[in-house]
Amino acid sequence: MSTSPQTLTTKDVAKVGLLARLALSEADLERMAGELSKIVGFVSMLGELDTADVAPLAHPLDTQNVFRDDVPAASLSTAEALQSAPRHDGECFLVPAVLGESSAA
Amino acid sequence: MSTNTPYTTIIGLEVHVQLMTRTKLFCGCSTKFGGAPNTQVCPTCLGLPGSLPVMNRQAFDLALRAALALECTIAPFTKWDRKNYFYPDLPKGYQISQFDLPFSSDGFLEVVDPKGAFEPRRVGIVRVHLEEDAGKSMHDDAAGTGDTRIDLNRAGTPLCEIVTQPDLRSPQEARAWLNELKLLLVYLGVSDCNMQEGSLRVDANVNLHIPVPATAGAEARIAKTPIVEIKNMNSFRSVERALTYEAARQWEEWQATKAEMGKTPKQTRGWDDPAGITRAQRHKEESSDYRYFPEPDLVPVTVTAERIQSIRGGMGEPPVSLRKTLASQWQISAYDADVLVNQGRELVDYFEDLATRVGEGKVASNWMQQDVLRILNETNGTVSAFPVRPAGLADLIGRVKKGDFDTSRAREIFAEMVTSGRPVDDVVAGMGISAVSDDDVIALCRELLAANPKIVADVKSGKEQAAAGLIGQAKKKNANVNPGKVRAICLDLIREMG
Repeated sequence: MSTSPQTLTTKDVAKVGLLARLALSEADLERMAGELSKIVGFVSMLGELDTADVAPLAHPLDTQNVFRDDVPAASLSTAEALQSAPRHDGECFLVPAVLGESSAA
Repeated sequence: MSTNTPYTTIIGLEVHVQLMTRTKLFCGCSTKFGGAPNTQVCPTCLGLPGSLPVMNRQAFDLALRAALALECTIAPFTKWDRKNYFYPDLPKGYQISQFDLPFSSDGFLEVVDPKGAFEPRRVGIVRVHLEEDAGKSMHDDAAGTGDTRIDLNRAGTPLCEIVTQPDLRSPQEARAWLNELKLLLVYLGVSDCNMQEGSLRVDANVNLHIPVPATAGAEARIAKTPIVEIKNMNSFRSVERALTYEAARQWEEWQATKAEMGKTPKQTRGWDDPAGITRAQRHKEESSDYRYFPEPDLVPVTVTAERIQSIRGGMGEPPVSLRKTLASQWQISAYDADVLVNQGRELVDYFEDLATRVGEGKVASNWMQQDVLRILNETNGTVSAFPVRPAGLADLIGRVKKGDFDTSRAREIFAEMVTSGRPVDDVVAGMGISAVSDDDVIALCRELLAANPKIVADVKSGKEQAAAGLIGQAKKKNANVNPGKVRAICLDLIREMG
């Protein structure tokens, strides 16, 4: 990112666009560089506050330790699971050929 | 070890293990392996709009157990984060993982080779955290459809990620350490660590530290080769082979290029097991830019000292201390204790039951290693399904101690007990074996001595070893006699003759 958050370059926007898998035209990049700069600038006003004594907030809800028991629940049928998929073979979702291994860590 | 090489191999591991829960991390779908594709899925693990994750308590407790067993510090406050990337096996477009506040960090696990092949090695654990698994992509080149098929049964399965410090110094150590880690996690019931089913997966980071002698213009220093991450290793043996290959490859490359760490980006290489080599993988563009941010759909978890105490209390004895307990309680060698413990908790339970019944550790340990384990290995069997239970084997050992039959005869009986599943007495009767009474043995010995005056004379002249000739004959006359007894009685009788 550029040094000042207020001025995002089209290059910054192109990178964020790639990460979000958005196809952005040159005109999109120009427009969004301006719009995003305004948003980032607005949020960066928070930097003016003194937060030295404020604990970081991990979650807006004041709730912790929500668990469920390890008890099986009904799954969907395969047909239900696949029904909204653009393409499937009745068993699996079909996607354009993926090169390489699973993304699983 | 680096004793024979002009460099030191530096290895760190990243291990993922599936936790032994019945259901997934954030929903009630089954985690059972091997189901038909997309039969264990629901709106949550399919990442459908409007679904919300709820943390599986058992998954968290098992992860906590693993972290405690690895001597980690447990964070009193932990949260989850979204790791964003696009891949077809990741339906939400992000993985729920842990970034800056993992629930545990800074532990260790030591590995000791009982034969001393390497020095005991304490391997630091950077962190253990809890995250969800992705689904499976299957690409069938032969089908020629050009499609990749996605099965999301595995998506959302709870995973523990265990990251080590770069503390390992040889491929052999890495393999031994992984064995120890697996043993620990299986003992604690954290994971079944089945690599074939993907319950345990390992990536390795490796580079070389090479001493560079002083030159006119520069002081002596250590050069570090670029770190390579190796993936696609499907067994601990593959890990050892891949690391051995990679260290040698990096040494060759260093000699050719003198390339050092930091000057080139970290490289990922895939292990090709049949070819026995690592291959450069395509560099994933922006792969490090995961844009982590706190998961808004899960609330944080706090862990109290009482909770830790209660998890610790239910953990059972880890292998490292069990080895010491067995060795001291049953007076067996550290090596024997290691062999028994490395076979798993079930075998140890069998051994302890047997040793208690026999009243002696060493004999029980010998039978376990020479007979029970041998047969289990030959038949690829499990202890729980082994047909001879500790009580039955203890009976047999008791009869051997009483002198009813010798050890080699007992082995035959044992083999028959294993095949038939019948108790000692049945087998003995069925094989036509019966314990020979002392009177019968004495009568037999008298007969033999009368028939072998030369042997008697030899023994009288001081050559006691000549008595061995009598034992063979005794076995021929009665297969059930105990050779040791025959020998002792014959010698007594000859002495009585004066």
